[in-house]
Amino acid sequence: MPVLCSSCAEKRAVLKRPKTAHSLCKECFFWAFEEEVHQTIVSAQLFKHGETVGIGASGGKDSTVLAHVMKVLNERYNYGLKLLLLSVDEGITGYRDDSLETVKRNQQQYELPLKIVSYEELYGWTMDAIVKQVGLKNNCTFCGVFRRQALDRGAMMLKVDKICTGHNADDVAETVLMNVLRGDIARLRRCTAISTASEGEGVVPRCKPLKYAYEKEIVLYAYFKKLDYFSTECIYSPNAYRGHARTFLKDLEAVRPSAIMDVIHSGENLSVREGVKMPVQGTCGRCGYISSQALCKSCVLLEGLNRGLPRLGIGKHHRLHEKILSQQPLTQKEERKLKAVDF
Amino acid sequence: MAAPIAIHLEFGGGAELLFGSVKEHHVTLPNQSEPWDMKQLLVWIRGNMLKERPELFVQGDTVRPGILVLINDADWELMGELEYELQDKDNVVFISTLHGG
Ligand SMILES: [Zn+2]
Ligand SMILES: [Zn+2]
Ligand SMILES: [Zn+2]
Repeated sequence: MPVLCSSCAEKRAVLKRPKTAHSLCKECFFWAFEEEVHQTIVSAQLFKHGETVGIGASGGKDSTVLAHVMKVLNERYNYGLKLLLLSVDEGITGYRDDSLETVKRNQQQYELPLKIVSYEELYGWTMDAIVKQVGLKNNCTFCGVFRRQALDRGAMMLKVDKICTGHNADDVAETVLMNVLRGDIARLRRCTAISTASEGEGVVPRCKPLKYAYEKEIVLYAYFKKLDYFSTECIYSPNAYRGHARTFLKDLEAVRPSAIMDVIHSGENLSVREGVKMPVQGTCGRCGYISSQALCKSCVLLEGLNRGLPRLGIGKHHRLHEKILSQQPLTQKEERKLKAVDF
Repeated sequence: MAAPIAIHLEFGGGAELLFGSVKEHHVTLPNQSEPWDMKQLLVWIRGNMLKERPELFVQGDTVRPGILVLINDADWELMGELEYELQDKDNVVFISTLHGG
């Protein structure tokens, strides 16, 4: 009854790979998985010898597997990288404090230095405090915008050359779908890129070594290696729209496993017709971070929080940016519109 | 007539949240006229163990896409999936891939 490994033909197979439909034993699977990540790293030239690389570590399955595989490959192939773990503490009681405990254990298991940057030290606001102000409906906007910048700031403090994140094939496919569904052409064009060059001051180049790794394999890699990861959803309303895209993809994958790779392939090969209006990237007038508006999203959100006008960063209020930058007072009507929040 | 069988169930990757946050369960499946298979096990879990929102675990007569199943530490896709006939002391693991990256 047991199926034999199609690679070594000796041991019992433990999984059927979604990508190739090969049946592999544990050892052959570990090897194949690690080699594919290595091939991705080499063919896209993600790193240079001697670089310091920050691994965005959340304690979840993807970043835990990424940290493990990066350490293995750095030693096996002599990448010459200085690796460290970089975590963001959003200040979410009962969620982030628990997952950070996982990251701290990973730090010891992998013997990598760890830096934790917190929303509280960077912005003066924890997510718990933000949710009290803005309610549960829009908090993910804040969380996402702040996290992106927080990783950059942490990376700058540590003088990191590059950040790598645990985004896997399923995540990339999901993002392609999301951007199609939202009609976000600028993001649609960028989201399949395996690495981003520094887009300006204060932005550290990023890459996704697990871009072609299926979620199923990541989870099974963690399971068979008995890696220690944290798997509870963010307690503040998970993004419903993204949830639907995810379920839709999983349903497709159940019928045809290559669906994930096919969506990525479509995303990679889209070209945007000339004449389609794209936002022009500039820098934020306050903090210098990249922004297509006078103020970056994070500065606008922060200004809104600090002034008790939480709606400021939600929806489009671009014409107010100049006013805020030059510290002109808002009219009563403007203030009223920005105060109301539906919880 | 098949004798009752004792099996070990494990839920992980966030799937345990649907089972009172308890990861490991020892259960005994009662005797019935035909042998127990995975398809019947899912019906049994739904009827006897799932406390809330069963649609997050089962869909139609199988597990919800995105939940991985291992039988005695091997991918159930190698074991016949729903048709696999359970044996006494089998170990069945369900891991959700749908929770946090
Ligand atoms: Zn093998
Ligand atoms: Zn969130
Ligand atoms: Zn700014």
